[in-house]
Amino acid sequence: MGHAGLQLVSKEFMQQLCERLTQRFDCDQILHQKDDLSFLRVDKDKLESTLVYLKTHEGFVHLSFVTVIDYIEDDIFRLSYMLHNYESKTDLAVQTEISRTASTMHSIHHLWAQAWTYQRELKEMYGIDFPGSPRVNDEFVLEGWDGPPPMLRDFDTAAFCEERFVEREGRESQDVKQTMRDNLYPERGEV
Amino acid sequence: MDWAISIFNYIVTVVVVLIYGLLLYAFIAKTMARVQGRVGIPIYQPFLDIIQTYNKRTAVTHGVMFDLGPVFRLAGGLGTLAFIPVIYGSEVFGNFHFAGDLLLVMYFVFFGQLGMALGAGESGHPYASMGVSRGLAQMTAFEVPFALAVIAVFVQYDSASITEIVAAQQGSIYNWTLFTNPFAVIAAMFAFLGMSMYPPFDLVTAPNEIPIGPPTEYHGPYLSFLQTNRSIFAGAKLILFMNLFFGGATNLPIMMIKLWAIYMIPVLIGVAFARFKVEHAIRFFLGIPTLIGIIAVLYVQYWGT
Amino acid sequence: MNDIDDKLKIDLPQAKTHSPSGPPGDGTGPANSVLENAGLSLEDQQLFCDAAPVPYEPYSPEFIERFHNWIRANSMWVLAFGTGCGAIELNPLMTSRFDANRFGIQMRPTPRQASVLIVAGYSSVKTLKRIIRSYEQMQGPKFVIGLGICTINGGMYWDSYNTIKRLDRYIPVDLYVTGCMPRPEALLAGFMELKRKIKAGECDGANRYVKDFEWYKANQKRVIKKWDMPDYNW
Repeated sequence: MGHAGLQLVSKEFMQQLCERLTQRFDCDQILHQKDDLSFLRVDKDKLESTLVYLKTHEGFVHLSFVTVIDYIEDDIFRLSYMLHNYESKTDLAVQTEISRTASTMHSIHHLWAQAWTYQRELKEMYGIDFPGSPRVNDEFVLEGWDGPPPMLRDFDTAAFCEERFVEREGRESQDVKQTMRDNLYPERGEV
Repeated sequence: MDWAISIFNYIVTVVVVLIYGLLLYAFIAKTMARVQGRVGIPIYQPFLDIIQTYNKRTAVTHGVMFDLGPVFRLAGGLGTLAFIPVIYGSEVFGNFHFAGDLLLVMYFVFFGQLGMALGAGESGHPYASMGVSRGLAQMTAFEVPFALAVIAVFVQYDSASITEIVAAQQGSIYNWTLFTNPFAVIAAMFAFLGMSMYPPFDLVTAPNEIPIGPPTEYHGPYLSFLQTNRSIFAGAKLILFMNLFFGGATNLPIMMIKLWAIYMIPVLIGVAFARFKVEHAIRFFLGIPTLIGIIAVLYVQYWGT
Repeated sequence: MNDIDDKLKIDLPQAKTHSPSGPPGDGTGPANSVLENAGLSLEDQQLFCDAAPVPYEPYSPEFIERFHNWIRANSMWVLAFGTGCGAIELNPLMTSRFDANRFGIQMRPTPRQASVLIVAGYSSVKTLKRIIRSYEQMQGPKFVIGLGICTINGGMYWDSYNTIKRLDRYIPVDLYVTGCMPRPEALLAGFMELKRKIKAGECDGANRYVKDFEWYKANQKRVIKKWDMPDYNW
């Protein structure tokens, strides 16, 4: 918040940038969440050229992370590549959608070498394959994991855990909302 | 039956030095703890530790050499103690002496470390071999100023028997080697810093770096041998230094005070310094301390008393 | 509380193969039984012992055993292995305010020399394999303290797919200290209780582990899928 002179510049800066990108790569769903944080969506086939253009021509040289959101209702995975521009101190997330069954995506480890870590994690946790990425099939965090990719929204961790691990009988669980309501606001009715 | 009485006296000496060594260690640990603002271990804690680790009900062995490592180490400690007069002129604590026993003592100082190296190498643990290689390298380095100081003492007193060297220092405090040949004492004290494995020269055991170093795989009865030896060997080295450089002791209280004073030197230096790496330590010992040792030999040869 | 994705979840295969959740049996010990060592490669199997461990007897005159129990209680060497988030409470224990050295507790760096293992908090399956390996390499009378409620009933991670819910199914536990995380004062009170138990001769976790070895091993292998170590890491 300290760059008072830079604030106006970055707001227009991001809007103009997104207009340029839309002309070249046909983006949609552009969201300017903050003055220095924007989101936009491109097609899966145009993602790599968008990232190359942003890296070489627009100064977004730093890859912050690669992550995925599981939209199980629409049967898609939404990949999110967050890039950062050091001169204007702005962040831009380029998002794309891939199918949820037989999910595979082009690897970008030739643009940023650190992407191999994120891609390996996504392969283990979500099952998204990145053919050609270094060591993408190696175990990342889970050793000897034999179940479905654990971060999928249709993976029921409670049922898996009850089947796999032995528990101690006599454990009680309380509903947090109900307990707080009874202890703190007993005179109020249902909210 | 003379030899039986000698053996009995020697056993009494070993027991006294062992108990005093453990108490000295506990006393120093408690002092350091008080400096740090806490209560510290009880005085009798080292005894409990040795008994507890000796009575482990299971043990793992890695072969004959592994078993013999602590035996060699303890033999080195006992051998060192056997030829140093603990209290000069005493019947009970006089120990064995003959004409060249200083050389034999220097051999025993090195022998224990070698035996430990063989045993630790046999244990198969990579940290043990790392500790052993560092330990032997450092020991080779600090032997140089130590040997030069001992040669200076040879030349000065014209004898290689510790008892005669102690006898030559009796009389007054100015007869001590500390005042007649201070260079030798300074070189020897530098070597003592390396011998006592306190910072800055504690890379051999390096508790936070490689788990304990050579004794990594030793446990149970083996570890109790090593810890017993630590107190005997430390006591023997302190008594050796006291006899060679600080005038020896003619009764028990003076011996205890002098040993405590000499032991405080590496402890006080240890709390103020960080750890040297092996190449720094070797380079250090082969630098100034060796120079001072050479000066000590030349001083006593051409200029001295 | 219901999982909000209830209507979307797929059904997992209904394989209910629990081991019995009752107390371990009082086996007479697997004397002369042979380990499989199936997790090792063929040439490694020749390097590792395939005889199962045997329990040890206490000293025969009872006053000697009581004397040794007193010594073990007053000189406890803890393995410096921070398995979970409780490790952050072990460090203040050694500093000036809570000084554990005055009770005879010191930290040792290697399991060969330690007699107490503190399992500090949650154990993921990956850590559990290393805990078992360290526990089996400890010698003689050895004791385990379970710190925090995650070792008791899973605690905060009760529905996590990767942490165990009940520690004493995998290694024998002598004492639990509850809390999330217990403060150093609570941990010291736990040590006092462990001392009392050792002096009374109630801590025979090592012998229990050896007597019910097959039961513990079956529980461990159900959870640890990548078993690439010998069956008994002596």
